[in-house]
Amino acid sequence: MSATVGELAGSVVPVSFTLGADGQIRQRLRLSRGFMWLCRLATYASLLVLAVLLLSIVWNSVGRLRWDFLSSHYSMQPDRCGILAGLWGTFWLVLLTAAFSIPVGVGSAVYLEELAKDTWLMRVIRLNLSNLAGVPSIVYGILGLTAFRPLVIQLQSVFDGRHVVNVLGLFRLRLLKLDIYDGSVLIGAMTMSLVILPTVIIASQEALRAVPSTIRVASLALGATRWQTIWRQVLPASLPGIATGVILSISRAMGEAAPLMMIGVLTVASMCPGGIESPGQLLTEPGRVLAVPFDQFTAMPVEIYDWSKQPDPQDRFTGVAASGILVLLAVLLTVNAAAMIVRYRAGRQLRW
Amino acid sequence: MPTWAAQKISRRHETLIRWVLFVCAALSVLTTAAIIFVLLSNAVYAPGAKTAFFERVSLWQFLTTARWKPTDGPGGHFGIWPLLVGTLQVAVIASLVSVPAGLGAAIYMSEYAHPREREFLKPVLEILAGIPSVVYGFFALKFITPWVLKPVFGVLGLEISIFNSLSAGIVVGIMVTPLIASLSEDVIRAVPRSLREAAFALGSTRFDVSARVVVPAALSGILASFLLAFSRAVGETMAVAIAAGGNPLLTLNPLRGAQTMTGFMVHASTGDSAADSISRMSMYAVGITLFVMTLSINLLSGWIMRRYREVYQ
Repeated sequence: MSATVGELAGSVVPVSFTLGADGQIRQRLRLSRGFMWLCRLATYASLLVLAVLLLSIVWNSVGRLRWDFLSSHYSMQPDRCGILAGLWGTFWLVLLTAAFSIPVGVGSAVYLEELAKDTWLMRVIRLNLSNLAGVPSIVYGILGLTAFRPLVIQLQSVFDGRHVVNVLGLFRLRLLKLDIYDGSVLIGAMTMSLVILPTVIIASQEALRAVPSTIRVASLALGATRWQTIWRQVLPASLPGIATGVILSISRAMGEAAPLMMIGVLTVASMCPGGIESPGQLLTEPGRVLAVPFDQFTAMPVEIYDWSKQPDPQDRFTGVAASGILVLLAVLLTVNAAAMIVRYRAGRQLRW
Repeated sequence: MPTWAAQKISRRHETLIRWVLFVCAALSVLTTAAIIFVLLSNAVYAPGAKTAFFERVSLWQFLTTARWKPTDGPGGHFGIWPLLVGTLQVAVIASLVSVPAGLGAAIYMSEYAHPREREFLKPVLEILAGIPSVVYGFFALKFITPWVLKPVFGVLGLEISIFNSLSAGIVVGIMVTPLIASLSEDVIRAVPRSLREAAFALGSTRFDVSARVVVPAALSGILASFLLAFSRAVGETMAVAIAAGGNPLLTLNPLRGAQTMTGFMVHASTGDSAADSISRMSMYAVGITLFVMTLSINLLSGWIMRRYREVYQ
């Protein structure tokens, strides 16, 4: 009897209690059961959605996803269209974004957690940070479009190959001609850094907070200065946490398209930044790397957007878009696996 | 033993480092200031030779007319309502999907699931949250609309367009479900165990404990998570730009296409119009509307969290 009625408060209900004709209790227990199944359904529905999403993408990509998809440029022919430009574009974008956002992000987290006193200015910065994290990424795109692009136009006029700079009256230096484009990797990376900076800072703050204060006190007691304590004790101890947070933020930058659309990156590109199309070229022609930040580019999510929107009556670009999504997801998975490994190994090593 | 001079140098170093780090921290405030300045100086009042959007189009027209056609004729029509209604429609549909799913998942993971089951479910939700927005857009356009919504509404005898706000709302709902689930789970878990035990001791079922004790105790945090998810849905761009289409219709019918504020901004930035044309400047007016909306929802969410938090010892 009690088995059919189920459990009360997680333990088996005494038989005498349920045998009575107390329908109210049974009803309450049935309600409780039903509620649990509803909640379970809601939870497992997300699993189902994830599975359907991945299956539908894999199913759509069948027939187009071949190795040459990774090594071909954009083409009007769906069979020949590839993601090479987006792959390199995303690579350079993420590299520069990391170079901008990691020092600044970790630096602000260190200041806010380790050095700042509780003044009104610090409270303003903290409050501002949590609000900044909630600003839609497209708004950062407007900022990039309006504030950073004029910067490039300035740079264009300085580096046009005709400018000569007088260095201390000793000698004259002719600035070389650089091909600087608006919608360049540099602007993309500056914009994207602003997008991910709040999450980098917040994640780093949490990692720093997890370091026990005994470590700081001990270091200071041994005569280390504040900065020596931070640099030699606190930062190494919190590095795994910071690294995990940073990697997750970077992977967000890989999937973002909205700010890039706003600053006007290419949606259809058959060139890679700096003309580097294979890793071998990095070794044979390293000079080209210098041109990368100023060159036009496209990124994987932007290309996927374009392919998804292709007005094609026969839906021939659906397979291309699905293949692009699979490549993007594979890259994201690799990056996130790296974060997981860092977290796992650090969890084993550090014990306080 | 450092000499006196070495100490002095190191002290100067420390001050320098301190200042560099302070500049890093202040950069976030500068970013906010820059966003506000850029939006205001292009939308409301432009210093210098440029003219801002609201100097050409009156705020009255922007807020009270219901046609959004930036390239129509010489002046264009700039009534925000079609975009606003499109945005809210998508966000409301997203909430209808994500509030039950997210809250259900949060309750299940904190109250029912075995720790090992939880260990498995949490990463699944994290993956769902980590999938880029464009992917959801593709999913809505190429799977949900043709394979789910079309058959369902076909049976009902209703016609659904390729671009529709229903599919956009559904995928945005899927996107923000993990946000609600993880934020709500955190506050639900923070409810002390003694409250649950007391309720069980009084003869409550698990449903009574969840619905009448735990959820009310964590209500402020749960509501805050709903609001945050809503603001995320309002600011969501790429999925909506793909799935809802680009036609600013003033309609409440979710089976038809719509344009959201974010969708319009993407559309306007990719257009070929000149940098200071009125249709391009309208982007800033829409941007400031979006910024103010999301910011006020976020602030409200934070306020509810602080104001109505139940504190236990």
